[in-house]
Amino acid sequence: MSGDNQVYQLNPMFRLQWEQAQDCFVLLYPEGMIKLNGGAGEIMATIDGERSQQQVISTLEEKFPGAEGLADDVREFIGVALEQRWLEAKPV
Amino acid sequence: MNASEQQQPGAPFWLLAELTYKCPLQCPYCANPLDFAGSGAELSTAEWIRVLQQGREMGAVQLGFSGGEPLVRRDLVELISEARQLGYYSNLITSGVGLDEFKVADFRNAGLDHIQVSFQASDEEVNNMLAGSRKAFDQKLRIAREVKAQGYPMVLNFVTHRHNIDQIDRIIELCVELEADYVELATCQYYGWAYENRDQLLPTRAQLERAERITNEYREKLAAEGNPIKLIFVTPDYYEERPKGCMNGWGQVFLTVTPDGTALPCHSARMLPVEFPNVKEHSLQHIWYESFGFNHFRGYEWMKEPCRSCDEKEKDFGGCRCQAYMMTGDATNTDPVCSKSPHHNLITEARQKAELIGSDVQPLLFRNDRNSRGFCKS
Repeated sequence: MSGDNQVYQLNPMFRLQWEQAQDCFVLLYPEGMIKLNGGAGEIMATIDGERSQQQVISTLEEKFPGAEGLADDVREFIGVALEQRWLEAKPV
Repeated sequence: MNASEQQQPGAPFWLLAELTYKCPLQCPYCANPLDFAGSGAELSTAEWIRVLQQGREMGAVQLGFSGGEPLVRRDLVELISEARQLGYYSNLITSGVGLDEFKVADFRNAGLDHIQVSFQASDEEVNNMLAGSRKAFDQKLRIAREVKAQGYPMVLNFVTHRHNIDQIDRIIELCVELEADYVELATCQYYGWAYENRDQLLPTRAQLERAERITNEYREKLAAEGNPIKLIFVTPDYYEERPKGCMNGWGQVFLTVTPDGTALPCHSARMLPVEFPNVKEHSLQHIWYESFGFNHFRGYEWMKEPCRSCDEKEKDFGGCRCQAYMMTGDATNTDPVCSKSPHHNLITEARQKAELIGSDVQPLLFRNDRNSRGFCKS
């Protein structure tokens, strides 16, 4: 279970990019592309290698007031992203 | 079939820029066309830049620089810079011949995202490495280290065929020693020169099964060691009973531009009796959405039986048009890989040949200008 104090960053093998033509964020890697749905894209874009998980949650809660269950969604998504190696824990 | 099934295709996400047919190597498994020597003049830098711009406007994201050997082009750094400015994720697909630490750094500074180095497993250098020669290995290791030091993902592509696939354990160990992030162990597909040399290249089923088993063993071992290296094993479709959904469908995702500007939905389509447009004369927008060639096999209307009524047609689109043409003489036929194809015997016969092949087969035809001219129409 990822901790709220942990800072995460994008795995340097991936590049996160907003694609106008697809109206979504994508993760780019050698010869491949992963389309991120709205929520996933917002979360990835907020993870900057500086913010802790809690700070990511707070930032998104400010941006999307009234979004129910946002904190859990963020934690769950980060768990998935870690498994997929899109994200890594920032080394201290 | 109703007309509404013919949908407008999405954007061409993947643009392959085949910059040149020139290459210092002569790989007998090259997918380039046999008659490449008769190809027209290469596109200029300005022409390529226009292609890149148009592609990006249409939503292309992944860009491959390939060939022949793209390192041969003197404007490569300029093209890489342009690609970066346009927002592409750029991939350099290279043999590594002529690559040194300085070029690796130059490309990085210009904004290249990824270098895929292919190993030519029949290359003396690689054989030396497999046999333990330090010198050849040290040179590749230096480049590999520089690739990583520059922050690239380290991707190695190892072309496997019947003459090297039995050494797959040593090949994997070599890639691990070179500290690759991704390793593609790819049995070559049979197009162009590879098709010409197919009987000499196609492994037996037993060879493939053994290689896959060994790859799985290494995957487990490496995972247990905490090594994040990813091994990808690609088998030839000749041992399947259903064909691949070639290119994710004709003119759906991939757009290839060849050295003289001919635009194709895949790198081998020029062999088909279909006219394809040229970027010198038409915009990429027109080429992708309106040209005869790109529309020719979109949708399902062109299909014959058994594809036409098949409930899997939306999954594999009847397989590969080029393969159907090369093997049956008619590009609208079912890909012979499919066990439903009336020509499936062509595939089973190829497998049988692979079992029986001895030392008295015709020698490999090496990919070079002189051999290519023999295939050009006068």
